[in-house]
Amino acid sequence: MSSRRFFSSLGLAIALSVGVSNIALAQHEESAPHSEATAHEAEGHGEAAESKKFNASEVIFGHVGDSHEWHFFTAGHTHATLPLPVIAYSEAKGLQVFSSSKFGHFHHGVVGGKPGQVSESYEGMHLERGMTEKLVADDGSKVYDFSITKNVLSMLISVGLLLWIMLSVAAKYKKNGVMTAPKGMQNAMEPVINFIKDEVAKPNLGHKYKRYMPLLLTIFFFIWINNMLGLLPGGANFTGNVAVTACLALISFIVMIASANKHFWGHLLNPPGVPLGIKFLLVPIEIISLFIKPIALIIRLFANILAGHIVILSVISMIFIFGGLSKVAGWGFAPVSMAFTIFMFFLELMVAAIQAFIFTNLTAVFVGQAIEEAHHHDHDAEDYHPEHPVTGQEYNTSENEIIA
Amino acid sequence: MDLLTPELGLFVWTLIAFLAVFFILRKFAWKPILNSLSERETGIAESIAAAERVKKEMGQMKAENEALMVTAREERTAMLKEAKEMKDRIVNEAKEQAKADANKIIADANQQIHQQKMAALTDVKNEIGKLSVEVAEKILRKNLSTTEDHGQYVNMLAEEIKLN
Repeated sequence: MSSRRFFSSLGLAIALSVGVSNIALAQHEESAPHSEATAHEAEGHGEAAESKKFNASEVIFGHVGDSHEWHFFTAGHTHATLPLPVIAYSEAKGLQVFSSSKFGHFHHGVVGGKPGQVSESYEGMHLERGMTEKLVADDGSKVYDFSITKNVLSMLISVGLLLWIMLSVAAKYKKNGVMTAPKGMQNAMEPVINFIKDEVAKPNLGHKYKRYMPLLLTIFFFIWINNMLGLLPGGANFTGNVAVTACLALISFIVMIASANKHFWGHLLNPPGVPLGIKFLLVPIEIISLFIKPIALIIRLFANILAGHIVILSVISMIFIFGGLSKVAGWGFAPVSMAFTIFMFFLELMVAAIQAFIFTNLTAVFVGQAIEEAHHHDHDAEDYHPEHPVTGQEYNTSENEIIA
Repeated sequence: MDLLTPELGLFVWTLIAFLAVFFILRKFAWKPILNSLSERETGIAESIAAAERVKKEMGQMKAENEALMVTAREERTAMLKEAKEMKDRIVNEAKEQAKADANKIIADANQQIHQQKMAALTDVKNEIGKLSVEVAEKILRKNLSTTEDHGQYVNMLAEEIKLN
């Protein structure tokens, strides 16, 4: 456990430090091309001239942000792009569903006081591309965007994949019975499920671990498979999006609050054995710490995955930045960049699993704190024997039914 | 920073998808898988316990067998000993019987020899008596005239006896 934590924190430190320095680099690069681009636009042939000039920050933030179309690659003037359905709700026009290809091409404009890209208008709204892409009404009224964006589609694909894998694994257990050796995907998933059970659920949740197993398993595999799919070339940066991690953290938080017992609330709101004066200081801190827990979950996963994507893209972009300076420099830097990218990919594969594990483990830790019983008169825990009395083999007691 | 502002649409879709996945997997995947795994764990624990029990039983049976063997061996020894004793006794008995029989035969034979001897001696005695009587008769019959004649005659008689 400790070595795993050490490696994850090491990976996190590397990813974050390299990521931050590269963001700084990307932002530094940002200013020059943009001014040049606006200059070109003024001359009237912005599109063609702009495509020749490589803009690292646009590439990077175009990838790590969400998008209403799935852009795979651009070869010359051909954009291989999958238009995605736009689902918008506004009070004036109600629900509208149409293809994102209706927005047509993007032109240079001003987004939030900065130079950005603006699409053509359709049905009274248009897309604005700054650091992220936003659906805005032409008249500035409020539009709720429920589009199937690149991230949503990517999530749906991984969800489908996850359902397919897990349901087929479950079917195998049903078909082959329990006392046969697991095969194929079943064999691959079983140690992972056992790992979550033995290393995450049991140590943190004690004898009530069984009711939280489905939640922990779903969180782990949901994050893991999305992390992995995000690493594919052209993949979306789904788990590196703050909305996603906020959603997952909110679910953990709700489960934690819902399962919290009297002992937990008692210690939180009225800590025993503490002088009254200190209580006024301690209780607000405790309440803040309660809300910091999900925020820590949000930021940890989001920042790790985002940083990983930014680092990989930055390193690849450096080839083209050097290539923009001179062709020789570009080709010369390519092997260095590729070596570092391959290293980063391996690191990110590790981070994908580690971050899924950490999110799951912290959820288990937080829920474990919330359901922790008072220590001095805990007869239930004393009666609980997780091991077979004769053989020492661990086994499950069926005293708790799976409910959450 | 825009990157830190959660987008409502993505949030809602994620929530829906996650909850859908959670409920589907809970019902159709996690429950069967976890139940199977715990079933297997209990199964393995039970198998090990059973194996352990069988091993113990085997040990017990082995001990029992050994005890049985020891008893059997002892019994065999005892039986052999008894048989030997019996044999010795029988042989001795037979010997004694034989000795007694032989002694009896010898005694009988001795007795018979004695009897025969006695009978023969009686016969001899009778013969001698008869001869003595005859000799005396003859002497008496001849009327012994002279001493010389008498002497001669006795000698002659003695010769006769020898001839007999």
